Amino acid sequence: MDNTVEVTMTVNGETVTRRVEARTNLVDFLRTEVGLTGSHVGCEHGVCGACTVRVDGRIVRGCLMVAAQADGAKVWTVEGLTDTGELRALQDAFVERNALQCGFCTPGMLITLAELMQKNPDADRQEIREFISGNYCRCTGYQAIVDAFEMARGRAGAAE
Amino acid sequence: MKPAPFAYARASSLEDALSLLAEHGDGARLLAGGQSLMATLNMRLSAPEILIDLNRVAGLSGIEDAGDTLRIGAMTRHSDIEDSPLVAQHAPLIAAAMEHIAHPAIRNRGTFGGSIAFADPAAELPACAVTLGATMTIAGKSGTRTVSADDFFKGLYETAIGPGEILTAVSIPKIGSGWKSGFLELARRHGDYAIIGLCVHAEISGETFGNARLVFFGAGDRPVSAPKTAALLKGKPWSDGLADALAASLKDELDPPTDLNADGPMRRHLAGVLVRRTLAPLAESRG
Repeated sequence: MDNTVEVTMTVNGETVTRRVEARTNLVDFLRTEVGLTGSHVGCEHGVCGACTVRVDGRIVRGCLMVAAQADGAKVWTVEGLTDTGELRALQDAFVERNALQCGFCTPGMLITLAELMQKNPDADRQEIREFISGNYCRCTGYQAIVDAFEMARGRAGAAE
Repeated sequence: MKPAPFAYARASSLEDALSLLAEHGDGARLLAGGQSLMATLNMRLSAPEILIDLNRVAGLSGIEDAGDTLRIGAMTRHSDIEDSPLVAQHAPLIAAAMEHIAHPAIRNRGTFGGSIAFADPAAELPACAVTLGATMTIAGKSGTRTVSADDFFKGLYETAIGPGEILTAVSIPKIGSGWKSGFLELARRHGDYAIIGLCVHAEISGETFGNARLVFFGAGDRPVSAPKTAALLKGKPWSDGLADALAASLKDELDPPTDLNADGPMRRHLAGVLVRRTLAPLAESRG
């Protein structure tokens, strides 16, 4: 049986076509085939959230989707969303509030919080915590990350 | 870890998916949302020869008002159910359960039918389906058939879906007037599988309970109903004494398992806690 598959998707606005093993998951595809290593590989079973990317406008676990499923999809990673400036207010607030130490969770955390910024920018601290409950941070204790979201939402509109 | 090699086929229609399933038999796994399956494959707990992807099959997703019932397509994403005004209005139990299902990124991919068909005994939706008396629609080569939720869950990860068959939709009876739903689960962290959880669907007139259904998850090898305890509610208003009687009754009626998260006696105790926390606000909320 042929265990490879041809995949075409738009990654950060650019069309990418590759033939890969069908078992290649989306985050490995982005890292090894496209060279975008901002999305991280942590637990590889959907628990840690380090591989979070945006597919057709919604955040997903990059390790729980094979690349073949993203055929025809629009995929955005931390690199692309940094270039567009969408993450700017969050990134600045992360720096100001010390919302990262080792940085391993940060790309997934930023993309997750960017979705919360779209869906519920007025989220209270409990709602922010619930929204990032699927993203592990082993350094900060989350307090500073929640602070950073609260700081960024006041500026998100002003930055544009 | 990385999964063992497999082939991948994108089904273009339900007929195509059924043909692929017939062709590959036990070597095939259906890929719906993949939020449990992919984790299982990554950990090499399963090594199918081929994944049959249902994500591009037309007609399998959507929430439809079908008169007395809501028809939820098997491939409907959790996040679409979470945002659905139809579900909020006609199936408040399911609406209340959604935020407890894993995390936003997983709800964006995971599917209603996938969760029902996977039949994890600690999952929320199988218990909701049993509580509400849902009906499952299953397609096979020879046509479709329907199975009631009570007959659907056969055991640990086992359902009435036969070889070569695909769950296509779940029909949920709309909530009747005078009925209320309650949902609560206890987990170490938000979004984790529950240690134990409870679905309540009850008739309440003024402060007095009528017919009621109590269904626990994480309490056995499938959703576990507690009809004897539920019968104690009939004709009674909420009181601390009633809460104690319900908790005592659950100690006889439930025999939950012991695992790494909690032992059986602790789960039995927590069942009583859940009954109190879920029913008290139902009894107090008017309208």
